[in-house]
Amino acid sequence: MLKQLQSALNWRGLVAISGFFLTWYLVCALELPGFSEIPNPLEVIQMFVREYALDDHYWLSWVTSFQRVLYGFLLAQLFGIPVGLLFGTNEKFRNLFFPVFELLRPIPPLAWVPMSILFWPTNESSIIFITFIGAFFIIVINVFDGVRDIKREHLWLALSLGAPRRVIFARIMLPSVIPSIAVGMTLGIAITWDVVIAAEMIASDSGLGRLTWEGYVSSTPEVLVIGMISIGLAGYLSTKLVNVIERKMMPWRRGRQ
Amino acid sequence: MSMPSSDTAIKDKSGIWLDDVSKSFSSPESGTTSVFKNLSIHFEPNELHVVMGSSGCGKSTLGYLLAGFIPPDQGKVGLGKKTVTEPGPERLLVFQETALWPWMTVLENVVFGPKVRGDADIGNIEAAGQKLLAKFGLADFSEKYPDQLSGGMKRRAEIAQALINRPEVMILDEPFRGLDVMTREILQEYYLDLFEETRQTTVFITSELEEALFLADKIYIMGGQPAQILNVIEVDLPRPRNFEVSVSKKYLEYKEQAIQCLFQSDEP
Repeated sequence: MLKQLQSALNWRGLVAISGFFLTWYLVCALELPGFSEIPNPLEVIQMFVREYALDDHYWLSWVTSFQRVLYGFLLAQLFGIPVGLLFGTNEKFRNLFFPVFELLRPIPPLAWVPMSILFWPTNESSIIFITFIGAFFIIVINVFDGVRDIKREHLWLALSLGAPRRVIFARIMLPSVIPSIAVGMTLGIAITWDVVIAAEMIASDSGLGRLTWEGYVSSTPEVLVIGMISIGLAGYLSTKLVNVIERKMMPWRRGRQ
Repeated sequence: MSMPSSDTAIKDKSGIWLDDVSKSFSSPESGTTSVFKNLSIHFEPNELHVVMGSSGCGKSTLGYLLAGFIPPDQGKVGLGKKTVTEPGPERLLVFQETALWPWMTVLENVVFGPKVRGDADIGNIEAAGQKLLAKFGLADFSEKYPDQLSGGMKRRAEIAQALINRPEVMILDEPFRGLDVMTREILQEYYLDLFEETRQTTVFITSELEEALFLADKIYIMGGQPAQILNVIEVDLPRPRNFEVSVSKKYLEYKEQAIQCLFQSDEP
């Protein structure tokens, strides 16, 4: 991972990043149209060091948002993987439930917000539910596709060697689907952060999304920028974590030529 | 039970056979294609049978029928006195493109068959697998994953994966296709040595005439639509063979004969 960082951060990259902050500073200092209300990077850093770096409330926002993402994401895996496998392997189940699934799939996760608030007893559970919805459909579709893409030669070979059904499921079908599960996880974690942040702005009094929104409402634009950068960082860290897990799930991909 | 067959060879039921088999496929794009119509072939035991034909003529379908992966629409496929109704370890097929499971190590791939069947005859299955891999020059690669092997090594691993089950019949579906010429020739010699040592009934499918002539006891030239066996060439070249055989007069005569037959099959 250090190597990755090194290769991403060669001198050109450093020049570009410095250039970005310099431009940001200049457009704010010159108060170009639209930038009069936007704080410059120094103001943001000052604000962060002075009031946020050691602030419990700020770090609690991180914890809160991470928890929501984690619960929504895990629930989506827990339900999504079996449902995707059933769609792929059980024709009756697919005929029964796939039409309903396809009916609900185009509804964007945020459209579920009001219904979710009505349905769930607490705010927390409704946010986790919306987050779950965001990742669930993507994971199901990916696993379903993964099952359909299993090479028939892989199944035939196992059949001809005399493998019973449960062995074929555990040792041939499941591992075949793991790469698709991994794709579902990568896409899922990204959409989970999208949904959590939006849901927090609409329906919550905590979390990084709420922190960012409060920066706007309370006319402290430095806070808004701190929120945005924190969300970006949180998303980046989660994706990295998911990538590490994915690599653990597929040891045979490591030594690929 | 009566067998509607005129082929006396099939009636004595040894080796692997198709009797009056028809098979067609239908797809939304091209409608119904009849691959075989009333096809009967009898592959005698302990010989190396090479089925040859241009690509798309139904060679792979023949292999899949013999292996029991797909059922015939009509007619029967059988091994000895038994009718083939499903895939089984007594008739193993080595696929055209690698079918090794990428998530298992080479050794896990090789011992999969005996392990899932709980094959007690082999004794220590892992040790038997290691021994077979060593024989195939893959001793140092048993803990690698298939994607870490070269194309030629994969093919050897797949042959080992089939052989450890001691099948009655080996079916190889263009097993050396896509390999470079050197590797290909080495593997052909390799397989020939193996066959000459064991005399295992083999149906070897290929589209390469030279490969066919080098390996075969009998060459079945397939063509037409629906596909038929256009000619059977008995290749009476001495065994054990090596590549020097390809400059012998007899070899060239067989080659001439096969080429003529192949050209005829192209004419409408």
